[in-house]
Amino acid sequence: MTAEHPMIRLTGVAKRFTKGKETISIFDHLDLGIPRGDFIAVMGPSGSGKTTLLNLLGGIDRADAGEIAVADQRIDGLSEGELATWRAANIGFIFQFYNLMPMLTAAQNVELPLLLTRLNRKERAERVHTALSVVGLADRTKHRPREMSGGQQQRVAIARAIVSDPNLLLCDEPTGDLDRQSADEILSILQLLNGELGKTIVMVTHDPAAANYAKRVLHLDKGRFVERELAA
Amino acid sequence: MNDFDLVRKNLFRRKLRASLMIVSILIAFMIFGVLAGFYRAFTAGEDRAAADRMITVNKINFTQPMPIAYFNRVRAVEGVRQVTFANWFGGYYQDPKNFIMALAIEPNTYFDVYRSEFEVPPEQLQAFMRDRGSAVVGEKLAQKWGWKIGDRIPLNSNIFSQKSGGHTWDLAIAGIVKGKAEHIDTNFLLFQYAYFDETRSFGKDTIGWMILQTTSPENNDRVAKAIDAMFANSTAETSTDTEKAFGKAFAAQFGNIALIVLLVVGAAFVTILMIVGNTMALSIRERTREIGVLKTLGFSGPRILAMVLGESVLLALLGGIPGLAIAGLIAMALRNSLANVAPAFSVSPTIALQGLALMIALGLITGIIPALNAMRLKIATALGRG
Repeated sequence: MTAEHPMIRLTGVAKRFTKGKETISIFDHLDLGIPRGDFIAVMGPSGSGKTTLLNLLGGIDRADAGEIAVADQRIDGLSEGELATWRAANIGFIFQFYNLMPMLTAAQNVELPLLLTRLNRKERAERVHTALSVVGLADRTKHRPREMSGGQQQRVAIARAIVSDPNLLLCDEPTGDLDRQSADEILSILQLLNGELGKTIVMVTHDPAAANYAKRVLHLDKGRFVERELAA
Repeated sequence: MNDFDLVRKNLFRRKLRASLMIVSILIAFMIFGVLAGFYRAFTAGEDRAAADRMITVNKINFTQPMPIAYFNRVRAVEGVRQVTFANWFGGYYQDPKNFIMALAIEPNTYFDVYRSEFEVPPEQLQAFMRDRGSAVVGEKLAQKWGWKIGDRIPLNSNIFSQKSGGHTWDLAIAGIVKGKAEHIDTNFLLFQYAYFDETRSFGKDTIGWMILQTTSPENNDRVAKAIDAMFANSTAETSTDTEKAFGKAFAAQFGNIALIVLLVVGAAFVTILMIVGNTMALSIRERTREIGVLKTLGFSGPRILAMVLGESVLLALLGGIPGLAIAGLIAMALRNSLANVAPAFSVSPTIALQGLALMIALGLITGIIPALNAMRLKIATALGRG
């Protein structure tokens, strides 16, 4: 499964896990191309390798074989330190359980990735305000996670993911812990980020309703993709 | 916000736990400060001992007297530059509770031997030497009692009596002795041995100890052997040693202070080390997922390591600095009461610096294992993936 000038390119990727004496192969010679500006939902049964795929794309796990390139940069050969720098500049992560720092306010949580940049305090504050405005939480800057609903926390997590303006957003079950209404709000924001701001999004989900917000759905089964175009 | 804010907020995310750890570290450093202050007070003499100064005492022990005739014989020993002597008086002022560190001394030589420590204005020293019934008083003691030159003070002894039967020597203050450095104690009174010896009812023509200065520290051994050999097999054999060794032996009377300090501080530290180390490890384990998130956002392993170490060092400093400050206040509060027993009792800048180094060491030691674990943590493991 390829694209002509893909933003994400996986070539012959293999990934295995060892459990005791048993070796489990997740991917064996996996190929994938995702064009810039795409919004892909990855679905599949548990253990099919969805999360492992996100880990490999985000440089938080390493392939046993093959090449992984994001925006024309090979990441499979980068060191841990180089990967950390690369992630900070290029990737925004959104998790199922938000993963906000409980002792920080919404604004401080969003500011976290900017601590890795050379921006000064004022510039950081401006960016944080913009990111929180995009997700509709400009009035909740001083609230701590425990003072917000699940949907609001996930919106803060999205603001944190986009504040450093990465090209690629990786979302792992972003609506898995939310009610339908909150889930729709989150998915609408993701659609907006993709449609209006051109962010490339790869979203892992079990929820067909969530997958309907994506431009394409990839079904992952036994380490292989089956693609299905969605109706507009 | 910056990394320090993150460290600070992480430390205080569980306020009760952080407060209890800070209090336990505070107590440990308070104990350290007080005991180190005492240790310093008892060993101050050792530190200030001049390399070329030696003390000769009765071989039995330093409370036993020696004939004054030894003074001139020691003066004649080759390698001796100057000799003086002193006799313990056991003084008090008005009430036996008001102990005064009073010595009967040989005025012509005493301030020569101690010229690097003490100074008396020449005209005051001359007045002291002229008037046998006078005394010179250390600056601190004079301040304590509000004495000034010309005052007459009744100095009592709980050891000696006068031939007339009284225990009081009436002395006129002829001069004030100043220390040449801040740390030199001046909590004493010195008066003329000649007057003391002439008036006391017993022990005539004996002295407590001699202080001698050699022409060079290299001669110390030879001079000590020569002096002790000179009085061997006499009724008052002598023991001559360096001032430092004498100071050490004197401090040993109070027990092995160094060992006590080491054991108490050591026990407190090991206990706190285990408690804080365990709590830090627990605290970091609780935050495994958050550390994984930070790494996902792009925080490098070394940066995470620095943040965890920063947290444990900050914890140690937040407990240790107030602990030392309280020790300093205790020392100030007790200083007057202990002026005679441990005149140099204080939490000195050196102790404060040692304490600061200990705090940093405590922070680094307790934080290093959790910090290394956090640095090496795999993101996928931390996030419960893979």
